[in-house]
Amino acid sequence: MKSFAPTAIVIAVLAAVPLVVQSNATLNFLVVTLMIALAGQGWNILGGYGGQYSFGHAAFFGTGAYVTAILQVRYGVNAWPGFAIGIAAGAALGAVIGALTFRSGLRGSYFALVTLAFAEVLRIVASVAPITGAGVGTLIKLDLGARTFQFQSRAAFYWAILALVAVSLVIAEMIERSRFGTWLVAVRENEDAASALGVDARKVKTLAMTISGAMTAAAGCFYAQYFLFIDSGIAYGTWISVEALLTAIIGGVGTVFGPLAGALVVKSLGEATRLLIGDAPGLDLIIYGAVLVLVIWIMPRGLIGGIADVRKFFNRKSARIEQVRHG
Amino acid sequence: MVEPLLAVDNVSCWFGGLKAVDGASLNAPQGRITALIGPNGAGKTTLFSIISGFVRARDGTIRYAGEEIMGKLPHQLARLGIARTFQIVQPFVGLSVRENILVGAHLHHRARDAALAVADRVGRDLGLTDMLDRPADTLTVAARKRLELARALATEPRLLLLDEVLAGLNPTEIRDIVPVIRDLCRHGITILMIEHVMQAVMSLAEHVFVLAEGRVIAQGAPAQIAQDPQVVEAYLGHGAAAKWGASHAQ
Repeated sequence: MKSFAPTAIVIAVLAAVPLVVQSNATLNFLVVTLMIALAGQGWNILGGYGGQYSFGHAAFFGTGAYVTAILQVRYGVNAWPGFAIGIAAGAALGAVIGALTFRSGLRGSYFALVTLAFAEVLRIVASVAPITGAGVGTLIKLDLGARTFQFQSRAAFYWAILALVAVSLVIAEMIERSRFGTWLVAVRENEDAASALGVDARKVKTLAMTISGAMTAAAGCFYAQYFLFIDSGIAYGTWISVEALLTAIIGGVGTVFGPLAGALVVKSLGEATRLLIGDAPGLDLIIYGAVLVLVIWIMPRGLIGGIADVRKFFNRKSARIEQVRHG
Repeated sequence: MVEPLLAVDNVSCWFGGLKAVDGASLNAPQGRITALIGPNGAGKTTLFSIISGFVRARDGTIRYAGEEIMGKLPHQLARLGIARTFQIVQPFVGLSVRENILVGAHLHHRARDAALAVADRVGRDLGLTDMLDRPADTLTVAARKRLELARALATEPRLLLLDEVLAGLNPTEIRDIVPVIRDLCRHGITILMIEHVMQAVMSLAEHVFVLAEGRVIAQGAPAQIAQDPQVVEAYLGHGAAAKWGASHAQ
């Protein structure tokens, strides 16, 4: 039985980073990377384990961001409960979209298109509705302090997002070894066969989308607190839908560490090209596309899945050598 | 008379203008093996799909354990104790053999350890112990059929619907699996099986229903069915029974 040890080690190593790295630019880069990893883990729960590829996770990211921001700006709610309510709103939205789409039996590309449509509709609504500040966007008032979830040091923000990522990793681990996770993977592999074995596919998928929505919304809540400004193009923009699915697919769908590994690789490549070539708009997207093609071509199960395959290959080889030696 | 565990009464089902099942009635008595045979396209698999909730029938009734089950969904029926295998095996190819069986075992066991214990036991009963850690897509056809059976059994069913579990197996493999099926029945599982391998039907089933063009055209003990002129005609064509009878009379 697998233990939680790898997760604990990864988190401990990452937690030590600010003790060594002092540069604000580097920490900023890592904070954004971890935020994308969190959004990607949300996508991974539904897309990686459940096989339901969403093109519209911006719907959750944006809902988390807007709920947190609007509660603070317009209703004077403290940032911490605002953050929690933002996550809950993401979960609720996931449950509603899941119930609607899975009830109508949408699968595959149809599901992807409908999720994209939900995100786009929300983006358009947010760009005109008065409550979101419409085209102007929403600005959270600067008020530094732990009480308002506006930390002075980058390190504190880093640990905050790392804590959220840690929770998401533990949740993914727990799903992997639970009945729900087993059923979710069974639905991904073959929905008819799963339902013949007593799996309520609709319920399982909707629950996965609820958890998925909550996680990606958490990344959105964090974005609002970290940058203190959102508008419809940021919160509900396709960029986050793309990055969430990209990190999960490149890192390895249906693996606990996939989104984290994917986010580190994708973001590092983006940053490296920016340093080497300069800030050409759209260049990062070209890089993402190229990496995606390469990964799907060379290791279709992503970085983590690819490593597992290589290890299995060598294990089998050594087992065969042992057999030859003893036999 | 004791009510049969499964009683299908006058069930019909249309696919567009095609009447796939036409007023079919059959039953499966508790603790017995009942076979459903018939030529290709007779509607056997459709009837199975109706019983297991994958296809909706237009009319008729299906009673299971004294309860009307028509219109229930597959996962609800599985929970009630009806398990089925698929004619074209449907393993979860990305998973290991153990994980495949585990999906079924979790139906009545929420806890991981309990479900794993059930999966290992069922795997052992079906001779899959050596393959439990192998990916399901590396199995031979015979092993895949066993896995299909194992997964269904892990749900701890009362009624097992077997859709051609012997098709595609060689005579040795059939000889190996026939006692396994007989054993299941001995352990109190009621079995309704679609089968083309007549040798197995003869040795396993106590009662046979013959389906042709969506209708039950004959039923009875296996030996009696094999002699039935109507059955011979359904399989071999009009007039075949007369010729067959004549050639045997000589």
